[in-house]
Amino acid sequence: MKKRFLSVSLAAVTAASAVLSGCSSSSGAGSAGEVYVYNWGEYIDEEVIDMFEEETGIKVIYDMFETNEEMYPIIEAGARVYDVVCPSDYMIQKMIDNNLLAEINFDNIPNYSQIDPEYIERSRAFDPENKYSVPYTWGTVGILYNTGMVAPEDVPTKWMDLWDEKFDGEILMQDSVRDAFMVALKALGYSMNSTDPDELAEARDLLIRQKPLVQAYVIDQVRDKMIGGEAAIGVIYSGEMLYIQEEVENLGLDYSLEYVIPEEGTNVWIDSWVIPANARNKENAEKWIDFLCRPDIAKMNFEYITYATPNKGAFDLLDEDLQNNKAVFPDVDSLNNCEVFSYLGEDVDMMYNEMWKEVKSK
Amino acid sequence: MNRKLLAGPYIVWVIGFTVIPLLMIVYYGLTDASGAFTLANIMEIAREEHAKALWLALLLSLASTVICLLLAFPLAMVLRKRGVGRGSFVIFLFIMPMWMNFLLRTLAWQTLLEKNGAINAFLSFLHLPGISIINTPGAIILGMVYNFLPFMVLPLYNVLCKIDDNTINAARDLGANFFQTLVWVWIPLSLPGIISGITMVFVPALTTFVISNLLGGGKILLIGNVIEQEFTKSGNWNLGSGLSLVLMIFILISMMLVEKYDKNGEGTAF
Repeated sequence: MKKRFLSVSLAAVTAASAVLSGCSSSSGAGSAGEVYVYNWGEYIDEEVIDMFEEETGIKVIYDMFETNEEMYPIIEAGARVYDVVCPSDYMIQKMIDNNLLAEINFDNIPNYSQIDPEYIERSRAFDPENKYSVPYTWGTVGILYNTGMVAPEDVPTKWMDLWDEKFDGEILMQDSVRDAFMVALKALGYSMNSTDPDELAEARDLLIRQKPLVQAYVIDQVRDKMIGGEAAIGVIYSGEMLYIQEEVENLGLDYSLEYVIPEEGTNVWIDSWVIPANARNKENAEKWIDFLCRPDIAKMNFEYITYATPNKGAFDLLDEDLQNNKAVFPDVDSLNNCEVFSYLGEDVDMMYNEMWKEVKSK
Repeated sequence: MNRKLLAGPYIVWVIGFTVIPLLMIVYYGLTDASGAFTLANIMEIAREEHAKALWLALLLSLASTVICLLLAFPLAMVLRKRGVGRGSFVIFLFIMPMWMNFLLRTLAWQTLLEKNGAINAFLSFLHLPGISIINTPGAIILGMVYNFLPFMVLPLYNVLCKIDDNTINAARDLGANFFQTLVWVWIPLSLPGIISGITMVFVPALTTFVISNLLGGGKILLIGNVIEQEFTKSGNWNLGSGLSLVLMIFILISMMLVEKYDKNGEGTAF
C-alpha cells in the first residue's frame, strides 16, 4: 500500500523536474550555425532570443547560472563549451588571469559605440585594456530603508548606521562574502579590494559585532522581506529598486522604501559579456553581443531586467521619469568613493572565505 | 545469464552514480589543491568553526529525530488499530504534502513563521502574543521535523502492522499494564522500524543545508552549510570532500545500526 503511494509521489516529482529541465533550450531551426549562451537566470527578455534567432538564423542554446562561482568551474573545466558568457567584474578578471577568455573582435560589434564611455572606463578595473568584455548591466549596492519604521532623524546615510543598536533585529545583511566584507571594509574606510590581513581581521570583528543585530543573512530575499515590512533596513543591489518601487505602489503600502548610497562609497558592479577562449562559434558570439548592444534591444532587456543599462542609445529611449530615477541611475558624483570589485587571487580569496566562516559560525 | 543481463542497467547506475562519485569524494578529500596526498582536509574538522558546525548539526538533528519518534510512534499505534483501509488513508494524507517540492514547503514555513507572517497575523487577530522563532535553532528543528516526519511514520506503521494482536493480548492476559506492554512487547518488536526510521530522519537532518539556510536566516551554520559553501562559494572541493568524509562516518554508524537490528529489511519504508 504505502509502497505505491511513495512511488507515485516520486514519479510526480521526477515528471515535474523533467518538464522543468526541458525548457532550457529554445527551438528554431538554425541555418547559420549555433551560439551557446551562458547567462544569469532572468537576465534577458526571452523575446530577444527569438528575435535574434529570427534575424540572424543562428540557433541559440541558452543556459543559466546562479552565481559566478558556479559558472567558473564549468568554463574552466570545459565541461560544456559556451560561446558567450555574462560574468561579473571580478570574475572576468579571474578568467582573464587564467587565460580563459578570447579577445573580442570589436570590428564585428559596431553597436559597441552605443556603450557609455563612463562604463568602459570603469571596466578597466577588471579588464585593463578593454579587450575582453562588453558591459551589459551595472548598478550599485546600497542601503534600503522602510520609511514607516525608520524615523526621519535616523535615516541611514552611511554604512556604520548598520551597526546602530536602534535597528536591533531589523537589519538584513547580504549573505555573500565579498558583499558583506565590502560593507565592513568601507565602513572602516578601507578599500573593498583590501588584501591586508589586519584590515580584513578588523572587518571580520566588525561583522561579528554586528551579528546579534542582524535579523537574517539573505541574498535575493532582501527584496521581498523589505516589501513585506519584515525588516527596517537592509543591504540591497540597486537593480531591485524599480521592482520594489512598482510593488510598493501596486500593493498600496502605507510606507515606502528608499535607497541610499552610503557616503563612504560602495561597490559599482558591472556584468559584461565575454567570449571564452574555447568558444567554437566566436563570430556568432560577437553577433549576439552586437545584437544586445542595439539600443532597442538593450531597452527591451532593461525593461525586463530593470538593472541599469550602460547603453547610451537605450537610455535615450527611456521615459524621462526613468532617466531621472536616482535609485537606478545615480548621479555620477555620488559614485566618487566607489570601486569595482577586482579579483584578489586564490590566497586572498581563501582568507576572505575563512574569515566569513568565522563570522557565520559565531 | 538472463538474470545477469537484467542486472546490467542497475550495475551501470550504481557504478556511475554511486561508486564513482564516492571515489571522487575520497580522492578530493585526501588530496590538496595540487593533488598531493594529505590528511589536512579531514583534520580540518577539529577547527573551531567546523567542530562547532558539526556539533550543532548533531544536536539539532538528534533533537528532531527524538521529536519525530515521539510524534510518530503513538500515531503509528493509532493507525494500526484503524485497520488497512482507514489507516492507509491517513498515511496517504501524511504523504500527500510530499508531492509538493521540498523547497517550496520549507519556503512556505518561512512565510508562515515570519514576523509579519501568517501565524503571527492570526495570533494578533486573536489578540494573542506573537511568536518569533524564525531564524532560531527552534525554527530549524521545526523544519526538520516537518519535512522528515513521514520517513519516521512509514517504517513504524509498516512494522507495527506486522505485530500480531494475539501477542499484545497475551501480554495483557499475563497481567502486563500498558507501559509494561509498551516496553517489553511493542518497542522490542518494532525495533527494526524504529531504527530505520531514526536513520531515515537523522541522516538527512544531519546533512541538510537548505532547511538551516531558509529557516535559520543564514545565522546558524551547520556542517551541511559549511560543506555546501566549500563547494559552491569558496570553490575548495578538497576541504568540502574532506568534511564530507567525516560526515560519512556518522552515516556509516547509523547504517551499521540498521544492519544490526533490521536484518530482514522489515522496517524499510520503500
